[in-house]
Amino acid sequence: MSRPEVEDLVRTLAPQVLAVLVRRSGDFGAAEDATQEALLAAVQHWPAEGIPENPRGWLLQTASRRIIDSFRSDQARRRREDTVAAEPRAADVPDRDDTLTLLFLCAHPSLTSASAIALTLRAVGGLTTAEIASAFLVPETTMAQRISRAKAKIKKSGLAFRMPEADERQASLRSVLHVLYLVFNEGYTSSGGRRLHRTELSAEAIRLARLLHAALPDDGEAAGLLALMLLTDARRPARTGPDGDLIPLADQDRSQWDRSLIREGVALITAALTRDGIGEYRLQAAIAATHDIALRAEDTDWPRVLTLYTRLEALTGNPVVTLNRAIATAMVHGPDAGLAMLAELDDRLPGHHRLAAARAHLLEMAGEREEAIRHYTAAAARTGNTAEQRYLTLRAARLRAGHSTSRSPIGTE
Amino acid sequence: MPKYMLLQTYAQGEGCDIPLPEWAPADIRAHIQFQHVLNAELTEAGELVEAEGLAGPEAAKTVVADGKGGAVVTDGPFPEGKELLAGYRVVDVESEARALEIATRVSAAPGPEGAPLRVPIEVRQVMSAPEV
Repeated sequence: MSRPEVEDLVRTLAPQVLAVLVRRSGDFGAAEDATQEALLAAVQHWPAEGIPENPRGWLLQTASRRIIDSFRSDQARRRREDTVAAEPRAADVPDRDDTLTLLFLCAHPSLTSASAIALTLRAVGGLTTAEIASAFLVPETTMAQRISRAKAKIKKSGLAFRMPEADERQASLRSVLHVLYLVFNEGYTSSGGRRLHRTELSAEAIRLARLLHAALPDDGEAAGLLALMLLTDARRPARTGPDGDLIPLADQDRSQWDRSLIREGVALITAALTRDGIGEYRLQAAIAATHDIALRAEDTDWPRVLTLYTRLEALTGNPVVTLNRAIATAMVHGPDAGLAMLAELDDRLPGHHRLAAARAHLLEMAGEREEAIRHYTAAAARTGNTAEQRYLTLRAARLRAGHSTSRSPIGTE
Repeated sequence: MPKYMLLQTYAQGEGCDIPLPEWAPADIRAHIQFQHVLNAELTEAGELVEAEGLAGPEAAKTVVADGKGGAVVTDGPFPEGKELLAGYRVVDVESEARALEIATRVSAAPGPEGAPLRVPIEVRQVMSAPEV
């Protein structure tokens, strides 16, 4: 088996091994460290020595040995060692909900997003600290510290390894969804030479969202989030040009979109929308699906997009959603209607590059060339994303050079 | 091996007095492509530590502690200051001579119609810290 195959296998087994160890030892922090060490040992030995007959058992045994070593070196914990050793093997049977329980614990609302993301990727995703650090472009020691602080916080808060009670389940689930969404976005909005590592983050977010959906098949938002990721990721091949240029939705070569991801995403969101209630991930997925099923940009069902953004805005009150609604409004009722809506956002998103960019697009649509250039330039100066800055600068430059740009201007991602 | 930071400000080069946003689209592309190729080469050579561009000063803030646990936060510095940092590279190289060689290439980045910009690049050695 090749090293990547070993890594995949090991990472699938990681949360199962960790859950058993946490249950046996009652110490999440120590169990997590021991599991990580066992994963590293497996990746080191298996490619050359072959996969053991029972890989999960191997990992469990290696990790158990590590955890006993760590307890042994710590006199104060001596008594627990007996517990670990004495635990009946029956507890080793993996629980269907183990992964879910781990996700809830790692994304606990008491943790900051940055900590929750790092811990989720390590404990549930089975990524190494070095891999997570490189994906987030921070030194490994910084990432290690972030993870150990998160674990210390879990310990201090006395959070137990168990399913949250029904009354806290919703809030916990929201945190899990949010963490996975952030991981996906981190990978999706990356740019330039760093694309490689960061793309893996999106793939990992999708993998974890699949696990979550499998554990909670009846949850509409878990399905919605997975659908949103698939429908967004489907456009990845068309989203950047050969030079790494961002290509807006309207100008993308739709033949490059991944049809199988779109089919899967559309099926998921269609099923989820027929369930009771609605939520922000389902609405966002429905919007993504509306774009994805249009074979040409001009076939986009903008009235439906507008309806969905209006519902999303009512649900979230998020000004960035209002901004997208203004763009959809422009596509349905003309640029002036959209610009009027953007004017209401000056107080809520002061100086935000996205507001300047949206305004520039709508001004361009309205034929206000000079004003459009001015707002593109302002947006370029304020964005923190290199690819976006390049896109906005080029857009202004093309207008200045008298080129017309795209037919319909907007990327509503 | 010593590390050097190559700093670039918003100052115009000897070779060009038009700010980048006002160049022709093809020239902007060529300039960006040049930076990518250079970074790829430095990475390939095992010399690039990091290369970062900074977001525009329009969104910058300046913070001064008020000495009582709080701070005075003001907008700016503003883009009028040509001495403002626009971006930097950190390279890990054999010698100062190699750092200067890299800086020469950075300085000659292409401007309008491919003419070298000749922007000033400040080369500063990064001090090595004792092992912690």
